[in-house]
Amino acid sequence: MLDYETLKVIWWLFIGVLLVGFAIMDGHDMGVGTLLPFVGRNDNERRVLLNTVGAHWEGNQVWFITGGGAIFAAWPLVYATAFSGFYWAMAAVLWSLFFRPVGFDYRSKIDNPTWRSTWDWGLFIGGFVPPLIFGVAFGNLLEGVPFHFDNDLRSFYTGSFWALLNPFALLTGLVSTAMITMHGANFLMIRTDAEVYRRSRTASMLFGVLTVVLFAVAGVWVATGIHGFAVTGGDIPGALPNPMDKTVIVQAGAWMRNYANYPLTMLVPILGFLGALLSILLAKVNKPGMAFISSSVSMLGIIGTAGVTMFPFIMPSSTDPQSSLTVWDSVSSHMTLELMFFATLIFLPLVIFYTSWAYNVLSGKITVDFVKSNDHSAY
Amino acid sequence: MISMELVDISRLQFAAVALFHFLFVPLTLGMVFILVIMESTYVLTGKQIYKDMTQFWGKLFGINFALGVTTGITMEFQFGTNWAYYSHYVGDIFGAPLAIEGLMAFFLESTFIGLFFFGWDKLSKVKHLMVTMLVAIGSNLSALWILVANGWMNNPVGSEFSYVTMRMEMTDFWDVIFNPQAQAKFVHTVSAGYVTASVFVLGISSWYLLKGRDIEFAKRSFRIAAAFGLASALSVIVLGDDSGYVVGENQQTKLAAIEAMWHTEPAPASFNLIAGINEAEQKNDWSVEIPYVMGIIGTRSLTKQIPGIIDIKARNKQHIINGIHAVVALAALRSNPADAAAKVEFDQYKADLGFGLLLKKYTANVADATPWMIQQATDDTVPRVTPLFWSFRVMVAAGFSLLALLAVAFYASVKNNFMRKRWLLRWALWFIPVPWIAVELGWFVAEYGRQPWTIYGVLPTYLSASSLTAGSVYGSLAGFVLLYTGLFIVEMYLMVKFARQGPSSLYTGRYQDELRQGGGALSNATPAEKA
Repeated sequence: MLDYETLKVIWWLFIGVLLVGFAIMDGHDMGVGTLLPFVGRNDNERRVLLNTVGAHWEGNQVWFITGGGAIFAAWPLVYATAFSGFYWAMAAVLWSLFFRPVGFDYRSKIDNPTWRSTWDWGLFIGGFVPPLIFGVAFGNLLEGVPFHFDNDLRSFYTGSFWALLNPFALLTGLVSTAMITMHGANFLMIRTDAEVYRRSRTASMLFGVLTVVLFAVAGVWVATGIHGFAVTGGDIPGALPNPMDKTVIVQAGAWMRNYANYPLTMLVPILGFLGALLSILLAKVNKPGMAFISSSVSMLGIIGTAGVTMFPFIMPSSTDPQSSLTVWDSVSSHMTLELMFFATLIFLPLVIFYTSWAYNVLSGKITVDFVKSNDHSAY
Repeated sequence: MISMELVDISRLQFAAVALFHFLFVPLTLGMVFILVIMESTYVLTGKQIYKDMTQFWGKLFGINFALGVTTGITMEFQFGTNWAYYSHYVGDIFGAPLAIEGLMAFFLESTFIGLFFFGWDKLSKVKHLMVTMLVAIGSNLSALWILVANGWMNNPVGSEFSYVTMRMEMTDFWDVIFNPQAQAKFVHTVSAGYVTASVFVLGISSWYLLKGRDIEFAKRSFRIAAAFGLASALSVIVLGDDSGYVVGENQQTKLAAIEAMWHTEPAPASFNLIAGINEAEQKNDWSVEIPYVMGIIGTRSLTKQIPGIIDIKARNKQHIINGIHAVVALAALRSNPADAAAKVEFDQYKADLGFGLLLKKYTANVADATPWMIQQATDDTVPRVTPLFWSFRVMVAAGFSLLALLAVAFYASVKNNFMRKRWLLRWALWFIPVPWIAVELGWFVAEYGRQPWTIYGVLPTYLSASSLTAGSVYGSLAGFVLLYTGLFIVEMYLMVKFARQGPSSLYTGRYQDELRQGGGALSNATPAEKA
């Protein structure tokens, strides 16, 4: 029997694992979608790109679905408050994702250039928009979100959709887009050859550089340009969760507090930089497998940086800081957290195991010849 | 106060996206087992035609599956976007099965579906069959967890309210899983999916037979669909009856509304086959009754009574009056958790908290509820009878007509004379849409029949919605309708195109149109010729 406080921390880590898993797995599909119209210059090349992820994108997308389900189960207040507050942003994510299943499955079933090019742009939207919006959402979390609770814990979001698209949030959106695209390009290098490989390599290095630069700018901005949040009373880790039971202040430099108090946490952003730099280098020397691992590490570092910077906050409120949601007060009951802990412990390793098997069975380069000889069964 | 318009438009959006999602789910659930049967036959007999069948029907399965996934994404997130207070209030219980569904089932289904389509040349026969089976297990386990969540909405067991966290919390996960409502719903729903897929395969195969093309392929498909379909249809009807069996107050209400049973009748009650419903006066102007049947279905006995709507309302009125005490005591506890008197009061009445919350629709201050408000809230506790009464009857009629079709088709396939019975083939073809009518109405009955609650007896629908403007939801609803309609047109176009093309769409050189064009030379044809 794990105590409540420990489980709350574990669930912060687990949600992190699911988000990083989503970025690594669904992220490389989305990166491929983003690059599709640019790296693939004709129909056969585009089909090469599609078929590198064709057999896997469906399984990978479940990281997104399961991430949503896990936030619902472990952080119901976050699920409720964030998704209803970011209403139009969520709608944009869902609607852009609609183009993926049909894009992948329907595109090559009809041999008509207009039809195919329409779905190619659909797949581009499905690959480009969600990471951008997730990045924008994280930017807004760092800045604080305009919401408050009433006495019955009903949440009220008082901002607008357009306010989400502020300069800092757009910057974090671009960080997210750059890292996902770098990662997708690395995956394409593993699975392709010839022209497609060469263009993917260029894209990988370009977006690697962008990732490093944009992440650095965002870091400086967080340290000097925006106010952080700090808990000044209440919010006891082991207590029954009640967000209204604490006091919070908005303070310049508060987002640097964890790094000052625990210097080891500096390793997390360092991983973000190091991974991206290595990815650039490894792409340059044609080591796509290692580059893919490096970009995965980079994304772990970048997503982890957002988490560590805000800890214990998950969703600070800019208009009513007391309503802010933290790791301690937005969680499910002890029983549910424990139950979900064991469910994750059993099933997530199984998922990783059979996903690896599936990738292993279908490993190897996808070539233009492969597409030509599987005209009717391939995507 | 929450705007009624917001609640109504949020409900409409949920109904639209959920019913749309369920156009694709039943075919997925059933088709995958038909694929398992076909592929198993291939592995056991080694006959190529069964592999072709698996691949061709698999193609149609894939076209359908794509939209099932598309519309499923919405389902996972719209509790948060549009039902935020619901998500907070019951996420502790409701979120768990959804998350486990993803971890245990949807991952399995989605990972292996890629191998199903792309692994034919990379896997041995037996391994590929295992992959297909895992897709089947995954998709059906998915349905199980979703229905555990939905079953809990109807019969919220294994949980209790906490005034500190202001929400429902789980007390016993096994109660939630083995909720009899959830189990009955699961069997009923997946069986309905199997029937849907069977009728789909049966109807399209019949069309090939009517056209006199790909006879061997169509005959084999027809037989499998008829056998699997008949077994499933029996399961839907026999075990669907289990959904009617009264285990809780919630089903008593639903049952009374479905049956337009206004007064408690002496046991065993009769069943209204059809009736002229008069909602205003709470009576039926006329009815055609079958004696005893209702009592036996509803209670499995000849002596137990089934309460009528008027008695249910009287009972609920008392729940609401008690609930007022609970709401008032809860407010006191929220402002001062140390208030001992309020705690005693709350513990005494907390079972009726949900009924007290029904008054929030009429007044922010429940303590001052007038008798008129209490009466309004009482009348709300039973949903409108007419739509439930008729939806249910159309669903049941559709179910029995499908049973008849499948029984006749099975008999003819045993006799091996169905190819000559053109009336049967036409019947099967025309009946392709009927299962969808039944399943959509089934969900309507299940969800509309639970109103005014999202969680029966716990949380009114009125309180469940997110604090959005009605305008936002109109906007998003318009977006969903537009996108879904567009995608649906594309899906139907492809489905019809490939169904018409038949197994020749596999380009094996063995099927109808290919033979006419000169057989296996197609691999050298230009893309335009193949399209």
